[in-house]
Amino acid sequence: MFVGAGQGNVLLGILLGAVLMAGLAWVYIAVLDNERVARWITILGLTAAGYFFAGFTGLVIGLLVGWFFAFFIFWLYEGRYRQKLLPYLTGRQVFGHYLFRVVCGAIFVFLITPILVVLPLSFNAQDFFTFTPEMLRLDPEGYSLKHYEDFFTNNEWQRSFKNSLIIAPIATVISVSLGTLAAIGLSQSHVPGRRAIMGILISPMIVPLIISATGMFFFYSDIGRFLEGTLGMDKNFVGYVKVILAHAVLGIPFVIITVTATLVGFDQSLTRAAANMGAGPVRTFFKIQMPLILPGVISGGLFAFITSFDEVVVVLFVGSASQKTLPWQMFTGLREQISPTILAVATILVVISIALLTTVELLRRRSERLRGLSPA
Amino acid sequence: MKVTKSTLLASAVAAIAGSAMAEEMTLVSWGGAYQASQTKAYAEPFMEMNPGLTIVWDESSPEAVAKLRAMNEAGNITWDLVDVVAADAIRLCDEGLAMEYDPDELLAAAPDGTPASEDFGDLLVSDCFIPQIVYSTTAAYRPDLLPDGAPAPDSICAMFDMETYPGKRTLEKRPINNMEWALICDGVAKDDVYDVLATEEGQQRALDKLGTIKDQVVWWGAAAEPPQLLADGEVVMGTSYNGRWFSAIEEQDQPFEMLWDAQVFDLDGWIIPAGLSEERLARVKEFVKFATDTQRLADQAKFISYGPARASSAPLVGQHAELGIDMAPHMPTDPNNAKNTFLYNYEFWADYRDDIDAKFQAWLAQ
Repeated sequence: MFVGAGQGNVLLGILLGAVLMAGLAWVYIAVLDNERVARWITILGLTAAGYFFAGFTGLVIGLLVGWFFAFFIFWLYEGRYRQKLLPYLTGRQVFGHYLFRVVCGAIFVFLITPILVVLPLSFNAQDFFTFTPEMLRLDPEGYSLKHYEDFFTNNEWQRSFKNSLIIAPIATVISVSLGTLAAIGLSQSHVPGRRAIMGILISPMIVPLIISATGMFFFYSDIGRFLEGTLGMDKNFVGYVKVILAHAVLGIPFVIITVTATLVGFDQSLTRAAANMGAGPVRTFFKIQMPLILPGVISGGLFAFITSFDEVVVVLFVGSASQKTLPWQMFTGLREQISPTILAVATILVVISIALLTTVELLRRRSERLRGLSPA
Repeated sequence: MKVTKSTLLASAVAAIAGSAMAEEMTLVSWGGAYQASQTKAYAEPFMEMNPGLTIVWDESSPEAVAKLRAMNEAGNITWDLVDVVAADAIRLCDEGLAMEYDPDELLAAAPDGTPASEDFGDLLVSDCFIPQIVYSTTAAYRPDLLPDGAPAPDSICAMFDMETYPGKRTLEKRPINNMEWALICDGVAKDDVYDVLATEEGQQRALDKLGTIKDQVVWWGAAAEPPQLLADGEVVMGTSYNGRWFSAIEEQDQPFEMLWDAQVFDLDGWIIPAGLSEERLARVKEFVKFATDTQRLADQAKFISYGPARASSAPLVGQHAELGIDMAPHMPTDPNNAKNTFLYNYEFWADYRDDIDAKFQAWLAQ
């Protein structure tokens, strides 16, 4: 199959592969009838064939393919696929069950492979997005950390990294505070026109970003002129204020939506009970309401943070080069330079995101366990 | 909880204020090896001379015209100096978005006293344009991907010769240069190219010639793409700026060969946006005077193979700063490379660009 694909004839390759595998299956079942021996023959045979045709990579692929088909042939033949399922399912249901699993698997593969491809490429010793022959041979010469070094020593990358670390947290704090308050207000039934208000507040999420960005560009230019000209504030400081406010606006809808969702399950009689015992609204909020809706606030905040951290369109319009963020630098770098430093940065960001999400999830589980609210 | 939040905020504000304290100047350029050469030759020495000044780069030259228009409309010019190709400079000057200047007043004279207007000479193509370099759009190929026994290509027409040189090629996604090359390879004499291209039939003829290779062309938008495509082996030949090829071949050891035939010269340089405050303008003028003097332009050629725009800089061009190779043979203006050249025809393209662009885009979409 892979040999066929390599020679530019995928269809024929697949057909040949299928015939070969069917032949193998027949031989194993009719002649050998010994699973372990058959498995080793397949694995070794395909590994050797892979090595013969494509060197080390072929060896790895052959190994995996051989292992899979050796398993697959006996799995099909012995009907092992029914073992773990309910005994009364029809053939169609069994087929549907596995089809569902294959589709799910395919979805994961298509979601995750593009991210995984980036990781080894970021260790490329060349300045191109290419798997060089040295890399494919796993030759240490083909790998290097120079793109990571570039990221940590290059002024432009460092400036943009710093800017992202300044802008995203502040924008998140603003969106979380405003978004939570708005969500609480809008969940009170006596607020007039709350649907309309809600619609307006979450509009930044619905309106195409490029349109919001164009509008923001002109709006914040006027604000910037006022702050700089009339109030005499520093040009750079104003630049940061503009980008942070713009990002906060983009983050607010996420907070509103997640917090509103958690508020649906919130028992309003708790706040009345607190008021009954003499707590003021502020105290009630921090002591009673806030801890209960915290998961919603945190996930909203996380979305707001990621929105700001990933955002490139608005910052290109509203920011000036002093407020260049990481995505901006990646965007222009990709267009003008195609330097693998971008991949190094992407790898670092992927690692950070995974660490961040894992921490938040662990914290959430811990607090749920502590409060005895564990869902499972 | 509250305390940590407010400390966080305070430190963040302090960080912003800290980075805002230093004086900043925003230069706009093209990124990549070219911007790196500007950083090393102009920006770093200038920052050393002016401690407290930070130079910030914005890689927005490709959309400089559109962005400057928007900034002008919003009354919020955030750029101090913009690197554009000559054609964009002419447009910006016509629209009043770039500042007109007097070369002899703004720019330093050559070391022997020749005034700047003479030293730059014909390259001052617009009242706003401060020339920096001469670059060329030219071809390169991968000898190892050509069929065995095929002669090394020595003419731009190899691009259209699918029989001798099969495989994909990459061309810039715009009519400029491609139309001229197509006509030359269709048998039009070099001197008649623009006369032919001015006619409806001539334009169709160029498109027809391009049509013979259309299904084998990968169109590029950014000059960084062709070296990437060629390094990947996705194409066997293509066009890009000569400095990009130089950096791929000499600095990154890629197995490419240059094909200088029918290279097209163009100019790149600075414009000062109109409407800067006096304080910013004074600083920019100081920088421009420094960055375009004879020595600085010659210094830039140590880092990239673009020819300095001043006549007086040419004899000072030496060796590559890191590799130690002579730069002169890599300059597009070197006699060996410049046997057959074009100069970007500003007048023709100013008159016909919109029309031919539209036809080209329609043809691409067919």
